[in-house]
Amino acid sequence: MPGQEVVSWLRTRFFPHIWCPGCGHGIIMHSLLRALVTLDKKQSETVIASGIGCSSRMAGYIDACTVHTTHGRSLGFATGIKLAKPELTVIDVMGDGDCSAIGGNHFIHACRRNIDITAIVMNNNIYGMTGGQASPTTPVGSMATTTPYGAIDPSFDICKLAEGAGASYVARTSIANPKQAEQYIMKGIQKKGFSVIEVLTHCHTTFGRRNNRKTPIDNVNFFKANTVPLSKAKDMCEEDLVGKIVIGEFVDKDVPEYTAQYLSLIERVRG
Amino acid sequence: MSRREIISGNWAFAEAMRQINPDVVAAYPITPSTDIPMKFSEFVADGKVDTNFVTVESEHSAITACVTAAAAGARVMTASSANGVGLMHEIFPIAGFFRSPIVFGLVNRSLGAPINIHCDHSDSMGERDAGWIHLYCEDAQEAYDTAVMAVRLAEHDNILTPVFVCQDGFITSHGFEPVEMLDDETVKRFVGERNARYPLLDVKNPVTYGSFASTEYYFEIKRQQVEAMENALKLYDGVAREYEAVSGRYYPMLDAYRTEDAEFVVVVMSSAAGVVKDVVDELRDKGVKAGCLRIRMFRPFPFDGVAKALSHAKAIAVLDRSLSLGGTAPVVSEVRSALYRASALIPVQSYVFGLGGRDFFPQNARDIFTDLEKGQIVGEERYIGLLE
Ligand SMILES: Cc1ncc(C[n+]2csc(CCOP(=O)(O)OP(=O)(O)O)c2C)c(N)n1
Ligand code: SF4
Repeated sequence: MPGQEVVSWLRTRFFPHIWCPGCGHGIIMHSLLRALVTLDKKQSETVIASGIGCSSRMAGYIDACTVHTTHGRSLGFATGIKLAKPELTVIDVMGDGDCSAIGGNHFIHACRRNIDITAIVMNNNIYGMTGGQASPTTPVGSMATTTPYGAIDPSFDICKLAEGAGASYVARTSIANPKQAEQYIMKGIQKKGFSVIEVLTHCHTTFGRRNNRKTPIDNVNFFKANTVPLSKAKDMCEEDLVGKIVIGEFVDKDVPEYTAQYLSLIERVRG
Repeated sequence: MSRREIISGNWAFAEAMRQINPDVVAAYPITPSTDIPMKFSEFVADGKVDTNFVTVESEHSAITACVTAAAAGARVMTASSANGVGLMHEIFPIAGFFRSPIVFGLVNRSLGAPINIHCDHSDSMGERDAGWIHLYCEDAQEAYDTAVMAVRLAEHDNILTPVFVCQDGFITSHGFEPVEMLDDETVKRFVGERNARYPLLDVKNPVTYGSFASTEYYFEIKRQQVEAMENALKLYDGVAREYEAVSGRYYPMLDAYRTEDAEFVVVVMSSAAGVVKDVVDELRDKGVKAGCLRIRMFRPFPFDGVAKALSHAKAIAVLDRSLSLGGTAPVVSEVRSALYRASALIPVQSYVFGLGGRDFFPQNARDIFTDLEKGQIVGEERYIGLLE
């Protein structure tokens, strides 16, 4: 059961939520709320932006300043909010489709600008909400409604994408590790810059059923068995890493943040 | 041999796609049209069609791929709804101008915000000036038949214009009803092979698409599109009659139901027409001269036909399933314009209904006819079923 402080961040009047029983998105929401409570954030100074998807419904359930926007474009909305009021804590919750398919452009440019927004990418390897079409993170060989004989498109590594595009904090964990998710989210929020926390999660309903991971537990077990901490992966050979997903913190650097740069530019130009 | 199955509007459209066997389908999922590309992807995977099925990363890419594939000479189909249609907005006029004869299954859903997945016509109405033909279907049977007919209309040398085949989200797209389908061979013969006149990929006769058109040419090129629309209006019935010959089903651009001598007529599009027609029958039994005019072809708009069908009316109600905020709702503004062109100054009451999937009941239709009978016609639009 969530603690009382966590419950105070919930719009319980919107419950029952739309998520299928056992959906991984709830675990991520709980991790995020614990991080917010631990950091002593105020609901009136915290913004949760989201796009469209099962994952994006999270913005509706969190009792903060929330904006539920259009598919893939929440980072654009969040950027506007952050620039207008840089003192706000801005968190953008998104699905893998939101982040890397329809919204891929916004994502790489937010990373490049290094604007102080925390992006939580709930990667369930599928378009959950629309019934299980392959997304850019669907692993090669996996079944989806649009790939009934297995996906052949190479998939994106969201963390590498974020790192390459310039984000200042990039980490990955899974829903089998909710405590770690909470810690990474906390670090991401504290980081002055664009942070990406990819949380591997599951859509047992549309992905699991087609890929031998039918129940939520199958998926938790899958993540436990197939994720390798970065510290350990460093000592493993390529062969041993086949089929494994490396979790951990990939980037943690201090580079100039966009709103600060922007404000100092205004000051400089005005003299 | 034709066959009859209980299927949904989406499946009916997908089944027509299978039989049409387009060369290219590029699509991206969105409720409530997702079923169309999903069902079609099964046909692709099972080798039932020869289509290059491209799953892209957004609607913008989907329609873009469709436009160039069609310009290259391919037969192209796709589907979308709501914000997916909105995201394609930039490309629709390009499809129209490139004369890319795409047949598009548009499953009507309200355009967010607020986010709502249910039916209204705000998505397609936003594209009414994009240079596409708009056909609105009442039920799943019609969605199937119209998909097949639309290929011929779109690809006709003197039309060469993309077509939206609209059906109501959920009401039609997800409702299961008996649909009679032609056999594969009949559809194949009816649609024939596409024979593009200026294909982009004819390397022996190179052409260019999308070049810069300076002030000296731009206007004239647009004029050609106007002409294509005029041709569509003239040629539509020929295609519909040919389709009747193979299917036994005839779909005129206007579905005039008991309007010949009607004094009170409700003008409406798509699935809501069923309710109105039932109420027309009810009122006719009571001696009221009621009628229903369902507009099937909204672009090009059949002005003369509309004026003619309404010529006996004493009062007319026009039902729009979308708003034009700060202006006049799309269907009523065209109907008024049609009447004015015909110098028929018949009182017209505008009603907006069904936004965001708000139900439309027989009682609503009865109330509308009562307004007409009592002459309660005001300048402002009225809202049906609105809680105020
Ligand atoms: C412009 C637009 N295109 C398509 C859709 C339909 N749509 C809604 S959610 C979704 C995919 C969601 O996948 P993801 O972002 O991975 O989130 P999940 O549902 O898996 O949590 C799609 C394609 C939409 N809402 N808007
Ligand atoms: S469809 Fe998948 S992603 Fe959506 S709520 Fe259900 S389990 Fe979660």
